[in-house]
Amino acid sequence: MRSFTYERAATPADAARAVASHPNAKFIAGGTNLLDLMKLEIETPAHLIDVGQLGLDRIEKAGDGIRIGTLVSNTALSAHERVREDYPVLTRAIQAGASGQLRNKATTGGNLLQRTRCIYFYDTNMPCNKRAPGSGCAAIGGISRQLGVIGTSDACIATYPGDMAVAMRVLDAAVETIRPDGTMRSIPIADFHRLWGDTPHIETVLEPGELITHVYLPKPLGGKQFYAKVRDRRSYAFALVSVAAVIQPDGTGWVAFGGVAPKPWRVPEADAMLPHGAKAVVDRAFADARPTEDNAFKIPLARRTLAGVLADAKA
Amino acid sequence: MQDKGIFNLSRRGMLAGSAASVAVSQGTIASAQASQASSSPPARMAVNLTVNGKPHRLELDTRMTLLDTLREHLQLTGSKKGCDHGQCGACTVMVNGERVNSCLSLAVMHEGDEVTTIEGLGSPDDLHPMQAAFVKHDGYQCGYCTPGQICSAVATLEEIRKGIPSHVTEILTGRMRPTNMEMRERMSGNICRCGAYSNIVDAMTDVARG
Ligand SMILES: Cc1cc2nc3c(=O)[nH]c(=O)nc-3n(C[C@H](O)[C@H](O)[C@H](O)COP(=O)(O)OP(=O)(O)OC[C@H]3O[C@@H](n4cnc5c(N)ncnc54)[C@H](O)[C@@H]3O)c2cc1C
Ligand code: SF4
Repeated sequence: MRSFTYERAATPADAARAVASHPNAKFIAGGTNLLDLMKLEIETPAHLIDVGQLGLDRIEKAGDGIRIGTLVSNTALSAHERVREDYPVLTRAIQAGASGQLRNKATTGGNLLQRTRCIYFYDTNMPCNKRAPGSGCAAIGGISRQLGVIGTSDACIATYPGDMAVAMRVLDAAVETIRPDGTMRSIPIADFHRLWGDTPHIETVLEPGELITHVYLPKPLGGKQFYAKVRDRRSYAFALVSVAAVIQPDGTGWVAFGGVAPKPWRVPEADAMLPHGAKAVVDRAFADARPTEDNAFKIPLARRTLAGVLADAKA
Repeated sequence: MQDKGIFNLSRRGMLAGSAASVAVSQGTIASAQASQASSSPPARMAVNLTVNGKPHRLELDTRMTLLDTLREHLQLTGSKKGCDHGQCGACTVMVNGERVNSCLSLAVMHEGDEVTTIEGLGSPDDLHPMQAAFVKHDGYQCGYCTPGQICSAVATLEEIRKGIPSHVTEILTGRMRPTNMEMRERMSGNICRCGAYSNIVDAMTDVARG
């Protein structure tokens, strides 16, 4: 790990200013993703701003919905009474990810910003446009079983690996931030993660120094809520494919897919196909898919996983 | 004489030497040079933390993980370094009552925190009920993952008691119970190379029943 200086920020505005005013500074929250990458020298910040003491660790009622402080741990968020009752898809998604130890430490904002699990991104001997812009992509033509089938580019075919954000996408969450100049904004989760395009090292629309303060969940959707995750073992593995869905008694609803794209993958026109069954939905949601030979299985897998969810919704 | 010295190098020494240079050439040296090239010495900071009830004030390189601090500075070598990337659970300790991977946390992030390690749970003459149950049920073989397994097992039962749901909980709003499936799922962050899993769950079941 490279040497770095460390400070604890006192207020959100201070934290944002501190990152913006240091060359090569980063926020650290739980540290479970950043430190992993720093040990491998994939991330090499010279200065860390610890946001752990900012008091953004509460879940509050806000209008018809709730506002989640960025420092609420994954465990606390998934176990919160209102979340369990009104947004169970979120509890399910969080509990399907990582391990008990990691969920205790992982924060809401840090989870949204976790980086890809592409094996070549992790191997500093290999070319990777995301880790070293312009160096090429070892995954294209390499082992790509885990990687993306849609929304990818000729520069990068990695996925956004997280679970929590897939549920947040179905719930139409908004990410609230403060910028170094003190202005605040609210970013719909649909727009938060970018497609890779020619710049796979730029993963979200956050500006340098912009701090996530909260995530807002609008009015509960009701219905039956599901998070189905398919992975290589029953627990403690990243998704090959996941499905977050909210299904109403009349068969309409909302659905997002994880493990397939640079962001939680949701296509509104595909939502509209829910009453027509899993094939209709997946045909629409994955109409523009560009899978590799290794990962083409993800599309029928998404269809079968959604079919299972729809059968459970009827039961 | 010097020549002889060189040629007297044992085969084992040669192999160890060349293996080390291979490992080093893959980045360690590069980073050492890079940090030497940057003018300032590695940053250090003071941190206050309480470990197993005892307060400590330490002056540390900011890079020290909580795990390395426990092992190297406080000589609490019960917590183990397995993967050092949060994947195996051998480093599991409790911070303010919650289990975490001590390898994925910086010591400086724990100002004012209360840490409990396997040494703080019980002693050889006065075992914690979970330690005693692991002995009774043979919940290990080589023992390397055991301190992390025991810390995690104690925390798991507490998480169930507090009503924190898991991936296998059927009714999210109901009461959580320490079933076999629940304990297996909740312990999935602790890997055991010897495969003592079923005995570990037996030990936990004993403690859960009281
Ligand atoms: C072994 C292992 C298995 C895992 N399995 C899964 C899994 O199955 N599913 C899953 O979804 N996840 C999984 N994870 C990932 C885990 O969920 C993330 O590591 C965690 O959520 C990151 O949160 P953190 O608070 O620790 O982030 P940190 O590591 O502290 O930060 C991550 C990034 O976010 C930035 N950041 C943090 N907070 C803010 C903020 N408020 N504003 C702006 N930037 C911020 C940091 O600068 C950093 O770049 C796994 C991790 C490990 C190690
Ligand atoms: S797929 Fe993306 S992350 Fe993986 S090697 Fe290619 S550029 Fe890097």
